[in-house]
Amino acid sequence: MASSSSSSPSFDPRMIKEPQPLPGSPGSWRRYFSFNTDAKVIGIQYIAVALLFLLVGGLLAMIMRGELITPPADLVDPTVYNGLYTMHGTVMLFLFLFPVLNGFNNLLIPPMIGAPDMAFPRLNALAFWLFPVFGVILMASFLVPGGPSGSGWWAYPPLSTQNPLGHALNGQLLWILAVAVSGVSSIMGAVNFCTTIIRMRAPGMGLFKMPIFCWTALAAQLIQLMGLPVLTAGAVMLLFDLSFGTSFFKPEGGGDPMLYQHFFWFYSHPAVYVMVLPIFGVFSELFPVYARKPLFGYHVVAIASFAITGLSLIVWVHHMFYSGTPQWMRNVFMVTTMLIAVPTGIKVFAWIATLWRGSIRLSTPMLFCLAGLFNFIFAGITGVMLATVPVDIHVGNTYFVVGHFHYVIFNMITFGVFAAIYHWFPKFTGRMYYEGLGKLHFILTFIGSTLNFLPMHWAGLMGMPRRVASYDPEFASANVLASLGAFLLGVATIPFLLNIVSSWVRGPKAPPNPWNAIGLEWLLPSPPAAENFAEDVPTVISGPYGYGLGQPLVEDQERFERRAAGLKP
Amino acid sequence: MTSTGRRQPSASPNLVLVAAGLGLDALASWTMAQQSYHWLPVQASTAAPYVDNLFALETGIGTFILLGCSAVIAWTLLFNRAPKYDLDDGDPIEGNLTLEIIWTIIPLLVVLAIAWHTIGINHTLATLGGKQRLATAAPVATAALPIATGSPPSAADSAELGPIQVIARQWSWEFIYPNGVRSSELHLPVDRQIHFRLISMDVLHGFYIPAFRLKQDLIPGSVIDYRLTPSRQGRYRLRDSMFSGGYFATNQTDVVVESGADFAAWLAAAERAPLRPSFNEANDLWQQRLAKRNRGWATVPPAPPPEVNVSLDPKNTHEA
Repeated sequence: MASSSSSSPSFDPRMIKEPQPLPGSPGSWRRYFSFNTDAKVIGIQYIAVALLFLLVGGLLAMIMRGELITPPADLVDPTVYNGLYTMHGTVMLFLFLFPVLNGFNNLLIPPMIGAPDMAFPRLNALAFWLFPVFGVILMASFLVPGGPSGSGWWAYPPLSTQNPLGHALNGQLLWILAVAVSGVSSIMGAVNFCTTIIRMRAPGMGLFKMPIFCWTALAAQLIQLMGLPVLTAGAVMLLFDLSFGTSFFKPEGGGDPMLYQHFFWFYSHPAVYVMVLPIFGVFSELFPVYARKPLFGYHVVAIASFAITGLSLIVWVHHMFYSGTPQWMRNVFMVTTMLIAVPTGIKVFAWIATLWRGSIRLSTPMLFCLAGLFNFIFAGITGVMLATVPVDIHVGNTYFVVGHFHYVIFNMITFGVFAAIYHWFPKFTGRMYYEGLGKLHFILTFIGSTLNFLPMHWAGLMGMPRRVASYDPEFASANVLASLGAFLLGVATIPFLLNIVSSWVRGPKAPPNPWNAIGLEWLLPSPPAAENFAEDVPTVISGPYGYGLGQPLVEDQERFERRAAGLKP
Repeated sequence: MTSTGRRQPSASPNLVLVAAGLGLDALASWTMAQQSYHWLPVQASTAAPYVDNLFALETGIGTFILLGCSAVIAWTLLFNRAPKYDLDDGDPIEGNLTLEIIWTIIPLLVVLAIAWHTIGINHTLATLGGKQRLATAAPVATAALPIATGSPPSAADSAELGPIQVIARQWSWEFIYPNGVRSSELHLPVDRQIHFRLISMDVLHGFYIPAFRLKQDLIPGSVIDYRLTPSRQGRYRLRDSMFSGGYFATNQTDVVVESGADFAAWLAAAERAPLRPSFNEANDLWQQRLAKRNRGWATVPPAPPPEVNVSLDPKNTHEA
């Protein structure tokens, strides 16, 4: 255990004074419960709270799968099922994935570009502290009369504005408030991340010497800045329709329910790219480390991120092919949607080429990346199927979409989240995780997720609608498999939590660069001091993935390595 | 940290192996494309074969890509693994412009070709049975039901039948035929174009018949003109596909496609049958819930079961 009384501290002495997460140091845990402005504290705050909500969302999912293991609605009332699936989706997106990725942005962006902190540290802390606020608002909706919102995470009117009990305080109102506050928090975060990446890079780090994670974070956060105001506007109008009798979306008052769908999907389709882009970044960081090779086609991979950002803003109508869309709109949005396969394909091929003739090490993060890549290719193929209008008209709003979506959101994005947690765990906690538990977690997760989400495609092709609390008996076998997979995923969290908690408390101490990785963050001690490099920022002289090239990343590299290891420079 | 050494170039597959692999991949993809027809329900409308052929094409192309990528990944995992305690780096290949251009252009051409092909199918499907959203002056939900005025069913079999009003409520389906017959299961003559008017009385619903491969949302405040042609006799399922709240999952009924003569006989018999409340699962469940002290989360009560000449019979079994 590290202790301030040890005669020869093996870490930077500034760490004692500064408010940063050094395990064992006096009062270290308290800073996680305070309005701390250190990006690394905020990052861990985000990730910890998000993982808590992953458990909540997972529990809701397991009750749903318990209901769906038999055809009739026999475990919970159908209205309860509707509330559970609505909250499952909302919790997983707004309380798990967005926050956990903002956690990585906070942890990784400043050290990766050599910045001491975010550009606006207080705004950063405020953005984080809004997260528990809207988390509590959303959870409180379980306690109001009538239960939480049961209109799905799309909250399409007129269903979402029906307010069956007529109470002014209802689950749907709290849902809209939580989503709106979440949007405000995300915009604050986006302003911060974009500014930091654009303005605070280390000397010598031109855009094309920047790690891909920062490229993808920038591409993703630009989507937040462009898309979120639209969702928030839609949410405000929905709230007015629900609570103040306006009729933006009510046909009987001259409104149009289709208008809401445009507002909603204008943001909520790109939102998937907000989540997937940082994971593209994680893959681009991790494949080179564990294949010991430079990222194949770095420049093209970097630029492809922005091609995805641009295209993601002009595809939203593909969620409405079977609504009131005319033929020309179907054709145009089908083409734009399919074009996204091109920049995405570039990245996939680049990762595979990075593996080619590498020197591959199958540690836990690499296993999650490889499986995530495989799942993502599968999800991309079903995505192109869904983009083509005739197929979408058959399988849209069926379990095929649920399967596709979960292949993206869990089998790829969440796999990437787990990979990132394992990979950077030693850097930011100063402790090594247990490889055996990590591999057990991987195996259970891979089997569980495949069992859970693969059979859903079949059920959807045969015509099982999504969001049903009961179904015809011909879908039973697919649903039994899916439910077993879901319960296995529940079991898989046990080794994960055990690993994270016990490693942080008593894992072996981590060296500054346990994976022999290239990157500014690996030239810092583990865990890094509060202001990373502070005033002594290294000058970057080569690209971010020089594996096997034998070039130093920064001027005076040896001095930084010695300092990170706690040796005299 | 920089490299501690470099590994010797490892095994690369030779051209024969690559050609054999691509051949196997193509064969497997062809097989999967053929198999894909079995993952779908029976084809019961003129639109269905177009959808299934496109799906098979995409399954084939998709399998080719998935297997191809997986084979390369598997190759690297088999032959490019670092031995234990080996800290060497791999080949420092930073990129290959030709390769990068190829894997941009080819996918671009492939998706554009699929898109072009699909625009053609969209056009064909539109001629087989298009749809049109009609703006209505009066709010439909409060107006009296429009009285149907269509060609009588005794007209020639080749003529279009309709309009059949499809009325969706939370949570029931009701069908009104041109001669005024009302039913809660849909009867259609085979091989004849049907003209529907899709009307929702409350929230969004989805008119989805998996065996027809067709789906269209019903939008409150609009009437949607919709056409399709059943092509196979049988009993199929019609499912509400757009989430509509509380008892959404029960909002399903049967579609019976029968010969023109059988349909005419059914319609004539239905005309003589008196109106009575339809079977309605949502209402049954709602009554059960009220009997159990109304526990559960908020929902609007189900609309009363529609008064119909012919009711859905839950004991029937459907083909797809």
